[in-house]
Amino acid sequence: MSEEKHFISGNDAIAMGVRLSRPHVISAYPITPQTIVVERLSEMAEDGSLDAEFMHVESEHSAMSAAMGVSAVGARAFTATSSQGLLYMAEGLFYASGGRFPIVMMNGNRALALPWSIYGDQSDSLGLLNSGWIQVYVEDAQEALDMVIQAYKIAEHKKVLTPFMVNLDGFILTHTYELVSVPKQEIVDKFLPPFTTVNKMDFERPMNMGMSTSPKDNLEYKYQQHRAVMDSVQVIKDVDKEYEELFGRGYGGLIKSYRIEDAEAVLIVLGSITGTVKVVVDKMRADGHKVGVIKIRYMRPFPEEELLEECSHIKSIGVIDKNISFGYEGTVFTHVNSAIAKSGFSPFIMNFIAGLGGKDISKSHIEGMFMTLLEGDKKKNKVQFVGMGVQINE
Amino acid sequence: MRDYEKYIRYRTFPSPWCPGCGIGVTLKAIATAFAELDLDPDDIVAVSGIGCSGRMPTFFNTNTLHTTHGRALTFATGIKLARPDKNVIVISGDGDSSAIGGNHLIHAARRNIGIKMILINNGIYGMTGGQVSPLTPQKFVTETTPFGNIEPKFNIADLLMGAGATFVARETVNRMKPLKDVIKKSFLHKGFSVVEVISNCHVNLGRRNKMKDPISMTKWIAGRTVTKTQYDKMTPEEQDHKYPVGLIHENTSRLEYSELYYKHIVPAAQEAAKKGPGGAAFAAQKNTITYRGSK
Repeated sequence: MSEEKHFISGNDAIAMGVRLSRPHVISAYPITPQTIVVERLSEMAEDGSLDAEFMHVESEHSAMSAAMGVSAVGARAFTATSSQGLLYMAEGLFYASGGRFPIVMMNGNRALALPWSIYGDQSDSLGLLNSGWIQVYVEDAQEALDMVIQAYKIAEHKKVLTPFMVNLDGFILTHTYELVSVPKQEIVDKFLPPFTTVNKMDFERPMNMGMSTSPKDNLEYKYQQHRAVMDSVQVIKDVDKEYEELFGRGYGGLIKSYRIEDAEAVLIVLGSITGTVKVVVDKMRADGHKVGVIKIRYMRPFPEEELLEECSHIKSIGVIDKNISFGYEGTVFTHVNSAIAKSGFSPFIMNFIAGLGGKDISKSHIEGMFMTLLEGDKKKNKVQFVGMGVQINE
Repeated sequence: MRDYEKYIRYRTFPSPWCPGCGIGVTLKAIATAFAELDLDPDDIVAVSGIGCSGRMPTFFNTNTLHTTHGRALTFATGIKLARPDKNVIVISGDGDSSAIGGNHLIHAARRNIGIKMILINNGIYGMTGGQVSPLTPQKFVTETTPFGNIEPKFNIADLLMGAGATFVARETVNRMKPLKDVIKKSFLHKGFSVVEVISNCHVNLGRRNKMKDPISMTKWIAGRTVTKTQYDKMTPEEQDHKYPVGLIHENTSRLEYSELYYKHIVPAAQEAAKKGPGGAAFAAQKNTITYRGSK
C-alpha cells in the first residue's frame, strides 16, 4: 500500500485528488486563492497525466452552468472557486442540488466584500448552507486530497446524488506546503469506479430535464432532496470506512473530537484552526485544565446526533466562528445551539467571532477563550469578538 | 508639481503592477487628459471592477469606487443617472469588461449613457496568474491553454459598434501622446465612449510566448499597430492580427441617456406625481432632483 509522498500545498493536493478521480470536464474561472488548482490541472493536461476537457468560461456563473451541463449527460464534472465567485454562482448552486447533479467543487474560503479582502474566513460557504450542497471543511492538505476522492464517491451514490463542496481555508491551507501521501491510481480506480447514473440525458431514451412544478408537487420534490442529504450521513460514514481500509486514512465520520472524555470546557471549530486549538489543549491539559476540542467536518448534513453524543457531559461549550451573521451571532454557533436545545441539556455556551478577513487567531486568544469557558461567567455577552486590534467606540 | 500630478494620490503608492506594465502608462495618460481639460478632481468619479486595471482608481485623487468583478459599468450607470453633471469614468480590463461583465458593456453602448470607459486590453487575466481571456490572441499559450488558444477573440470595436456605441477608439501603450489625446477627446464626447488601450503583460502572457520582457512585448504591439486609414486599405488577410488605432467611430447625433431621461421621464413623472397622493409637495421634491442633476 506504499504511497508516494509529495511536499505540496493545499491547492496542489486538491489538483492531485482531482486527477486521481478522473473527471471528464473541468470548468473554472480564476479567483484568488483558488487559481493554483486550475493552474496545476492545466499543467497535468499539458504533460499528459490528466485526460480531461477544459472549458474556458467567462464567469463563475458560467463555470457552474457548464458543470451542470456536463453532469446532465452523465459525465464527471469538477469546478473550483472562492468568495465572490461562490456568491456569483449562487443561482447555479441551488439548481445543481435540485437537479441532483453530483458535481464536486473546491472552495477556497475567503472573506466577502466590502471591504475587499483576499484573505480567509468562512463567510462565503457558510452563507450558502441552504443551497442543498454537502459541505465538508478540511483541516490540512492531506484531508483536502482524500476528501476530493471521497466527495465523488459520496455525491454520486444513488441514494445521495447531491453536489459536494470541499472547503479549505484560503491561504492557510490553499497556499501552505505540507507532506502529503498521494494514493496510487489503480487503488483509487478500484475505490471510485466510473460514474453511472439514471439521472442523465440518454439519447437512446430521451427525457426532459429542468421541469416546472405546481404547488401540488413542489414540496414532495424538496422533501426527496432533503431526504437525500439526510441519507448521505450513513453514506459518508461508510465511504470513510472503506477509504480507511484501502488507504489507511480515515477521518471518523462527520465530527472529530480530541481529548474530550473528561473535559469541562470544549471548543467547537471548523477547518484549519483545529491544529492550533489542539496544541493549546495539550498545553492547558499539562497545566491541569480539563479542556478539549471538537472539529465539525460536515456542516451539511449537520452532525447533530454525533455532536450531542459527544458533548452531553460537557459543562461549558464554546464555538469559534470565522463568520458573523450580522445582527445575530456566528452561523456555527446557531447550529450548535439548535442541536443543544433539541436535546434538553443546558451547558454554559459562548460564541467567539475570530479570524475574519485573515486575522490571526493566536494560541493566547484560544487560551483566553478556554479560560472564559472555565470561568463560566453567565453575565458575559454570549457573542465575543476576539482579537480586536483597535478600540471601536460604542 | 506637473499639471497631472494633482490627480494622483501619491500616498497610495507603490502600485501592485509589475515593472514595465502598460497600466502605469495608461494611468499617466488619463491623469494628463484630466489636467489638459482642467477638470476639478472632485467632479470626477473613477469606477473600476476587479483585476490589475481595477486597482487604478486607488491612485486617482478623485472620488473612486472599486466594485465587484465585471460590474463597474452598472455601478457607474447608477452614479451617472443620479449625477449627470459629474465626469464618470470606468477603468476596466479585458477579462472584467468582455468576459464576466460583457453583458453590461453592450447595454451601456446600447443606452449611450455618458460614461467614459478606458478598456485596458492586455489579452490575459494578469492578476490571477495568466488565464485565457476573451481577448487573448489565438494560438497564444496561457496558463489554461497549454496547447495554445483555439478561441477567436472579440473585436471590441466591432462589438461596440454593433451594440450602438457612439464613440469607439483604440490606442496602444507605445503611443503615449496619441493615447492621451484620444482619451481627452473621449472625455469631451457626450454619450458612452470606449477607448481600448492595447497593453502589455509580459509577466503572465509574454513569458509563455517568447516575450518575457516589456521591450519584446511592446515591440510585438508596435508590429501590429496600423492607423485606421492604413487598415482600411488592407486586404482581409493583411488586416488579420492588426490593431487599427485612432478614432474608429464617432456619432454625435444620438442623445446621451441621462439627458434623454431628464428630458422625457422626469417631467412626465412630475406630472404624474402632482395627481398622486403626495401632490404638489412630492412633485416639488422631484423637481429638486432634476435641478441638482442638471446644474
